[in-house]
Amino acid sequence: MTNIAELQRISSQVRRDIIRMVTGAQSGHPGGSLSSTDIMTALYFNVMKHDPEKWTRDGKGQDIFLLSAGHMTPVYYSILARAGYFPVSELATFRKFGSRLQGHPSIEKSLPGVVQASGSLGQGLSAAAGLALGKKLDKEDNSVYVLCGDGESEEGEIWEAGMFAAHHGLDNLIAMTDWNGQQIDGPVEKISGEGDLEAKWKAFGWNVIVADGHDFDSILKAFAKAKSDKGSGKPVMILFKTVMGKGVSFMAGTNKWHGKAPSQEQCEEAMTQLEETLGDY
Amino acid sequence: MKKYTDTGKKDTRSGFGAGLLEAGKKYPGVVALTADLKGSLKMNDFAEAFPERFIQCGIAEANMIGVASGLAITGKIPFAGSFAEFVTGRVYDQIRQEVAYGKTNVKIASSHAGITLGEDGATHQTMEDIALMRALPGMTVINPCDYNQTKAATIAAAEYCGPVYLRFGRPSVPNFTPEDRIFEIGKAYIFNEGKDVTIFATGHMVWEALQAAEALEKNGINAEIIDIATIKPLDKDTVITSASKTRAVVIAEEHNMAGGLGELISGTLAGTVPVPVEFVNGEDRFGQTGTPAELMQAYGLDAAHIIKAAERVIKRK
Repeated sequence: MTNIAELQRISSQVRRDIIRMVTGAQSGHPGGSLSSTDIMTALYFNVMKHDPEKWTRDGKGQDIFLLSAGHMTPVYYSILARAGYFPVSELATFRKFGSRLQGHPSIEKSLPGVVQASGSLGQGLSAAAGLALGKKLDKEDNSVYVLCGDGESEEGEIWEAGMFAAHHGLDNLIAMTDWNGQQIDGPVEKISGEGDLEAKWKAFGWNVIVADGHDFDSILKAFAKAKSDKGSGKPVMILFKTVMGKGVSFMAGTNKWHGKAPSQEQCEEAMTQLEETLGDY
Repeated sequence: MKKYTDTGKKDTRSGFGAGLLEAGKKYPGVVALTADLKGSLKMNDFAEAFPERFIQCGIAEANMIGVASGLAITGKIPFAGSFAEFVTGRVYDQIRQEVAYGKTNVKIASSHAGITLGEDGATHQTMEDIALMRALPGMTVINPCDYNQTKAATIAAAEYCGPVYLRFGRPSVPNFTPEDRIFEIGKAYIFNEGKDVTIFATGHMVWEALQAAEALEKNGINAEIIDIATIKPLDKDTVITSASKTRAVVIAEEHNMAGGLGELISGTLAGTVPVPVEFVNGEDRFGQTGTPAELMQAYGLDAAHIIKAAERVIKRK
């Protein structure tokens, strides 16, 4: 299990990867990728029981992760590569013709680590509930993790899945919301008035944990609590308070970088703010 | 012509229920999901035999498709069922992303398809579902014609690895295909050999086509009847061979023109055997309230309309 100092080093490199990938493709979604970087780093390098060498799409004998907010591929692919699912050098092909690193997660080209296509928002939580139910039917002890966005949670299907997972007692399902408060058209509260997610998920019968999604101590404690809730008969929702664009000064706290690529100059500026720790691809 | 006998009217959805139970006994991976329509989908026997493998999803079809995709990834063989409209039009995007593009082994169990749903009216009668499902790359589309064939097709769907759209209906209709015949996905079944005209039919229209053929025979017209039980992939060889022989084609389906079997077969023939074609379908309309028999007649979906179409097309040879 990776300690906090090491997690911080990994997350710095992942943030560099994100900016370089999106700059290289001149398209992609840096904002939400940067806000969920610390959560994803903790998940893959400390929390999840997984072995890239033995990975199969059916997830047998392993914990499974599913990205519901499919546009966050920059962070997802960087994490998968850094964790050993495929060569780090492949990150250079992000969003390029013929690449396994499609704009949104795809199983079409069999990229190791990806279990389901996603990107049409609101659908991943349902698939994750199905994975969790499958593991229960197989009497498997592993957990299923799924990452959603707060903007994404405007989709009705999220709440259909919320009702389903609670009703079927899927306590092997740990969902996370990247609660960065931003979406393409502006702040979530201005767009939809989504309101108190904590109260909403509690009302849906879930165990709810609120944590600081940029403080590894808080993140790890939240996951430890979520794991200890297994046996409670309830699924877990961790609401991670985060900042969109975290780690790059000119991107932080705004919706402007939800789905926009930086220029070469802006990329270079970002690089001065993020330490190269594991070596760029 | 070959004689077909109705061994007693049965609904095709009960054929699905019986097939599901048998597939469940044979394959422990088979699971069934429904969105509050267990009874309508005839899943009761399966649910009683395998309570832990029956998953009630409540009235939330979008979630049901996603859950089915997740179960399929873990190795299960999920049959997700509801009324045809609600497992196609309502959840087209979920099926596109998580079943077809996601390449998951999900079987969409689509009951009450077409206008024969009857009294509930047009909100519940889909005449567009084949078009939607056909459009999805990698989706297999099966539309069996009676109880026996639906039961066999359900078992075949469980044995086939990949997304399947299995379409069946609500009303009791003649049961006339052999009870013990194994269903072959992708095969068109020749029910009567003829030389003057080919009638391609699918689903409930196959029996109507057989009735039409008997009447045509009395007028000296020898009709070839082909049951297109699998719409996708289409058995092109059988279609082309028959059209080459008879040089006149009628295509009958309980579905609208757009994207249906008529367009599919005529599109296939246009590039190979360009012969005259007449269509028997719902054209470009919504349905309405009525009994199945009233509606089939009113929308031109019966033997009488097939006979007229056959006579028209023969004149165009």
